[in-house]
Amino acid sequence: MWAILSLLVENKPGILFKVTHLFRSRNFNIDSISVGVTDNPEYSRMTITTYGDEKQVTQIVKQLDKMIDTIEVKHLDEHKTVYRELSIFKIKLSNANDSMEINKLANAYGGKVHDVRKESIMVELTATPDQIRAFEELAKPFGIIDVARTGVAALERTGA
Amino acid sequence: MAIDLENKMETMTGAKALMTALEKEGVKEVFGLPGGANLPMYDEFSRCNIRHILTRHEQSAAHMADGFGRVSRKPGVCFATSGPGATNILTGIATAQADSAPMVAVTGQVPVAMIGKDAFQESDIIGMANPVVKYAFQPRTASEIPEVVKKGFFIAETGRPGPVLIDIPKDVQTNEAEMVFPDEFKIRGYHPWTDPDMVNIEKAIDMLLNAQKPVILAGGGTIISSAFAELQAIAELLMLPVVTTFKGKGAFPENHPLSLGPIGMHGHAEANRIMSEADCVLAIGTRFSDRSVGTFEAFEKRLNIIHMDVDPAEIGKNQTTQVAVVGDVRASLRIMVKMLMQKAIKQNEENQWLKHVKETKQYWQENLKLHPGEMGAAKILRKLRELLPHQSIVTTEVGQHQMWASLFFDVIQPGTFFSSTGLGTMGWGFPASIGAKVAKPDVHVVDIAGDGSFAMTENSLATAVLEDIPVIVFILNNFTLGMVAQWQRTFYGRRMIGVDQGKCPDYVKLAESYGALGLRAQSMSELDKAIREALSSNVATVIDIPIDPEEDVLPFVAPGTSLADMVLPS
Repeated sequence: MWAILSLLVENKPGILFKVTHLFRSRNFNIDSISVGVTDNPEYSRMTITTYGDEKQVTQIVKQLDKMIDTIEVKHLDEHKTVYRELSIFKIKLSNANDSMEINKLANAYGGKVHDVRKESIMVELTATPDQIRAFEELAKPFGIIDVARTGVAALERTGA
Repeated sequence: MAIDLENKMETMTGAKALMTALEKEGVKEVFGLPGGANLPMYDEFSRCNIRHILTRHEQSAAHMADGFGRVSRKPGVCFATSGPGATNILTGIATAQADSAPMVAVTGQVPVAMIGKDAFQESDIIGMANPVVKYAFQPRTASEIPEVVKKGFFIAETGRPGPVLIDIPKDVQTNEAEMVFPDEFKIRGYHPWTDPDMVNIEKAIDMLLNAQKPVILAGGGTIISSAFAELQAIAELLMLPVVTTFKGKGAFPENHPLSLGPIGMHGHAEANRIMSEADCVLAIGTRFSDRSVGTFEAFEKRLNIIHMDVDPAEIGKNQTTQVAVVGDVRASLRIMVKMLMQKAIKQNEENQWLKHVKETKQYWQENLKLHPGEMGAAKILRKLRELLPHQSIVTTEVGQHQMWASLFFDVIQPGTFFSSTGLGTMGWGFPASIGAKVAKPDVHVVDIAGDGSFAMTENSLATAVLEDIPVIVFILNNFTLGMVAQWQRTFYGRRMIGVDQGKCPDYVKLAESYGALGLRAQSMSELDKAIREALSSNVATVIDIPIDPEEDVLPFVAPGTSLADMVLPS
């Protein structure tokens, strides 16, 4: 299963190293990771997505919780969570219509078009990882030159 | 030194603050070795009441602190310099982490401005140690030191104990600052105490009462939390046979009628048999190591597992449990005893399971084949047990002798047996015995050793002699890396590679060259005499006992098999 973990950690040097090292040493995989300081500058929030069966995910949550530098660790229910990822695609323009087609596609996914050149176009897309993958599939026939993705950021909705 | 009594503030150097903070934690001894980057701290020994015990290698300093910590249940402290000094203590830190031993290791570091410049004797010890410490600090300003020490000791000794590293750059040691020694502090992400769940303890009692073949499995956590009386009370109230892990050896008196001894790869035959037949286990303070339980799947298949542990991350890690009780195991067991008393539950001795347990125990005690020679491991260790007072502390090295100790040396007084069980660090036992003797100078301390393991830290004889720490090293000497040799005989067609130690060195002469007492015992009467002489000696003593290099440790549960597949002596 795909799991979104949300960690509130001390905003100190070396914490990212400790967290990622824990995944390596306990034989778990990181699918994506994003880190940023919270409104309280003493804390950072890390959002980590990972794959594993329920037992594995429970275990990594326990191991993360055991770390002294983690204040709070949550396995988020994706149905009760707002989660998004920012991605930037650089796509090839080969035919005259390509620019228009890609524009339409970007619009359909709520993306924004940047930096239109003669031979390439850039699309910024903030969406769920699934939507980004779907966009990627549709953009592939044009020829994707490069992709940069930030990893998921997530927060639980208030209430049920 | 200016003192502002109102605000408890004093101006002093970082090094002075470190030693003051250590004194405030009650530290009386530090094991270590000086070097360029920790000289300011060493200079402070001339101005404080802490005794410095010089070692010949930093690894030994860490093992001494470890032995001290396990026996005293307060963090042992070791010092090392930067670079190689720091990397040398890593093995000792990892050993303490694997066995949940409280320790505070203090290393010198190159000055702050030199960090990252590949300076002379610079190593990123924080980065290297991170996976094997409970926590690591690197104060970047002198004024942080008092709080770092306070937090470090707190983390090392609370919850599931472990090693804490404090790495102090040299200029942070020499800089002056106004120091506040706090009484209180906050660590937001650390909650070592959980109140045991009463409902789950009730469930556990029900499960044990309804089981047909229940057993107690006591692990190392039982010893760490000193839950000896509570464990015995529960065993006797519910009439449960008690097996232990190797780390839990001696959590329960091994001469008690309900005791079956350690399970595991080299567990007692009766313990492995009964564990394999049980339908319900009360597992106390154990992580279900592969060496204890064999394959995880086979172990949990037939069993209802009740797991008590202070570390929530251990619940369900290796075994699926039916009832989990998170919290200090002594507190949990106390509640359990109380509930049993309130309900006036006292099981009868007369039941089929217990009858079977007793018959199994008796059968194996009478029928396990032992080495036929006069100087077989069982005979040697039983002789040591006969002559050694029960309150004496025993450490072991790592190898065949360690497993023979598990099989044939009964621990009568709980909490007197210590070994490197998790990491399996050769060379641990001797320096650890020195640390143990420093913690408890009034009892005899014996390191049950093999020649291979002892050779790794034998230069600690200098520390034992010069610092007047008279421990006894009891070497079962087969002139071989015996455990490896046994595996080569068993699994590699007797192709003996890299295991022959030769008759080198002569351990009697080696001991004498250090000013220790060296004795050799080649017969039972010589052994009897040597042990008595060692026990009355006031210098460190090495007893060299040549044994048959072909003697195997049996029974044996091969890796990847279950306890029921135990190989017995033929």
